[in-house]
Amino acid sequence: MQDLLYFSQQLINGLTIGSTYALIAIGYTMVYGIIGMINFAHGEIYMIGAYTALIAITGLASLGVAWLPLILIVALVCAMIVSSAMGWAVERVAYRPVRGRHRLIPLISAIGMSIFLQNYVHLAQGSRNIGFPALIEGGFQFGSDGAFQMSLSYMQITIFVTTLICMTALSLFIARSRTGRACRAVSQDLGMANLLGIDTNRIISATFVIGAALAAVAGLLLGMYYGSVDPLFGFIAGLKAFTAAVLGGIGSIPGAMLGGLILGVSESMTSGYLSGEYKDVVSFGLLILILLFKPTGLLGKPEVEKI
Amino acid sequence: MAAQNIKHALFCAVITLIISYPILGFNLEAQGINVTIVGANATTIMGVFLAALVVFVFQLFRDSIMGKLGNLSSLSSGTHKEPMAENKRVKIESWVLTGIVVLALFWPFFMSRGAVDLATLVLIYIMLALGLNVVVGLAGLLDLGYVAFYAVGAYTFALLSQYLGVSFWFALPIGALLAATFGLVLGFPVLRLRGDYLAIVTLGFGEIIRILLNNWTSLTGGPNGIGGIPDPTLFGMEFGRRVKGEGNTSFHETFNIAYSGEHKVIFLYLIALVLAVITALVIRRFMRMPVGRAWEALREDEIAARSLGLSRTAVKLSAFTIGAFFAGFAGTVFASKQGFISPESFVFLESAIILAIVVLGGMGSQIGVVLAAIAVTILPELAREFSEYRMLIFGAAMVLMMVWRPQGLMPMRRIHIELKKQE
Repeated sequence: MQDLLYFSQQLINGLTIGSTYALIAIGYTMVYGIIGMINFAHGEIYMIGAYTALIAITGLASLGVAWLPLILIVALVCAMIVSSAMGWAVERVAYRPVRGRHRLIPLISAIGMSIFLQNYVHLAQGSRNIGFPALIEGGFQFGSDGAFQMSLSYMQITIFVTTLICMTALSLFIARSRTGRACRAVSQDLGMANLLGIDTNRIISATFVIGAALAAVAGLLLGMYYGSVDPLFGFIAGLKAFTAAVLGGIGSIPGAMLGGLILGVSESMTSGYLSGEYKDVVSFGLLILILLFKPTGLLGKPEVEKI
Repeated sequence: MAAQNIKHALFCAVITLIISYPILGFNLEAQGINVTIVGANATTIMGVFLAALVVFVFQLFRDSIMGKLGNLSSLSSGTHKEPMAENKRVKIESWVLTGIVVLALFWPFFMSRGAVDLATLVLIYIMLALGLNVVVGLAGLLDLGYVAFYAVGAYTFALLSQYLGVSFWFALPIGALLAATFGLVLGFPVLRLRGDYLAIVTLGFGEIIRILLNNWTSLTGGPNGIGGIPDPTLFGMEFGRRVKGEGNTSFHETFNIAYSGEHKVIFLYLIALVLAVITALVIRRFMRMPVGRAWEALREDEIAARSLGLSRTAVKLSAFTIGAFFAGFAGTVFASKQGFISPESFVFLESAIILAIVVLGGMGSQIGVVLAAIAVTILPELAREFSEYRMLIFGAAMVLMMVWRPQGLMPMRRIHIELKKQE
């Protein structure tokens, strides 16, 4: 019984983290699906989302607003607006001019952008990590007193529910809306979509904006969950999310969700049963193994190399 | 057209405000657990609005501004200039380079200790950048975990000296060879991967090595690092005030001169200089050998190169291993210069800096890379008040470079033979 409770606890923790990884991974996977580049600066956009949310929360608190749903919604909207604008601007400044050149050039440009944004926030807000207020407290406890107690906090439930809503909305958007259909068309064949009268530049911008908005949601959620933010907070999360995207098959949206959940669970199992220090080793090792043995990921389509 | 322009310009200006005002305009301040928010000072806010205005004006007159810029660059780039004759250029180049090396040999004797120390660091970066240049610039393999090989070199020397008492001169080849072996072993499975996947996998390897160094406390000392790494000796002569190693003599006593701390600094500088020159020469040779041509061929068009019978794995692996070898070299020198190493010195940012040097200098171009290494290391020291903007400028420079001049400041010149014009 004890072991089962401990295991379930790790599973819950893993699924919580994993679902936020999935939210960030969407940004990687959509951009990769359409223009075939790794948006290295995506982790930084997520970090900026977390900072904006924190600024909004602190600002509202200093104005004396105490109604929790209002605070959360305002923080979420602010974070999404700022992150989306950032995603749009990054694509416009750093990626569009180099689109279509040799594969390494957009990637180096993206690394430069990532360093730039990290230091932009570092200079503006300082390098120290800043505490994120725990707005949603409490939770359910399972198990008898005195022994190990499994807990499922309200925060974790919020994360699950929000992720679920975002993912459903995204799936519906991609499947039903006009822009979503255009997105699918562009990811299948950019040139052909262009010929058929789709404004591909606008669609590519839209992908960056959607990815950035979802990253901002993840920024708010993970900021509250971890309880602090710092300018380097996006780098590792970005790598993890990229791993999740590759794991599930880059370019595939359901793959990103699956990959995020698998990665989150395997990480929390490592820290639960081995050691917390090695959880990053496990996720990077997983990434390397997947790329070596199944580069298309779990749900990805094989890429045919054409001459 | 004009109305559309205004709309677009206005949109861009608003976006500029949205991405800069919340982050720059409000500062979070943590006092204990409480976080408060403080409005930024007037200058910052003025700056934000000024930036938005600049963006607005630029976007409004974008077409005419870009047209003028295009004219300017076509005038200044000297496209109509007749290139210098090949053999003449090579001759001048080799004389100038020899002159610079000779100057560099004598230069430290007239400089302050701090300047020589900095110059040693520059030389270490030159070695690293030249090594990475083989991998990224010539072979076109984006390696984001290059710092891992640097760490292998440094830790090899540190551990060998700590546990076995091995001296610098023995550790130098061992460190470099071990780093090369690491490159070989890591490279073998990953080099099948496509360009951008390779980048991420190497990044992952770099992080794994750093995490291992950080957590394998019993061997590496973890975050505390390893200290007391011995200085290099000159034929058994030590540069310290007192002799530490058995059977060694001290430099100042042998030559009967007064002890000075500068001797050691200058000696280290000279070692780094010699090693950097060796690195440059060896890689220069490689570039002209068939394997060097194969690197470039594979970079330019993998399918064509393979159809001509080049083994993809062998060619890529050779580039990866040679790059790792020189990183190990640089790592050993670094460990001996610092006397203390910890995983802190081998973070991803270090890889990014070395990559930035290669990119700024011009991928594949040796002279460009050397100049960029000097600039990137020395400029932040000269402009200390701007040193916190260093990484910001780096990032921006990398983006701008890729957008405007992906071939770098001093693009590589291919070695080629021109056909004589028919009379």
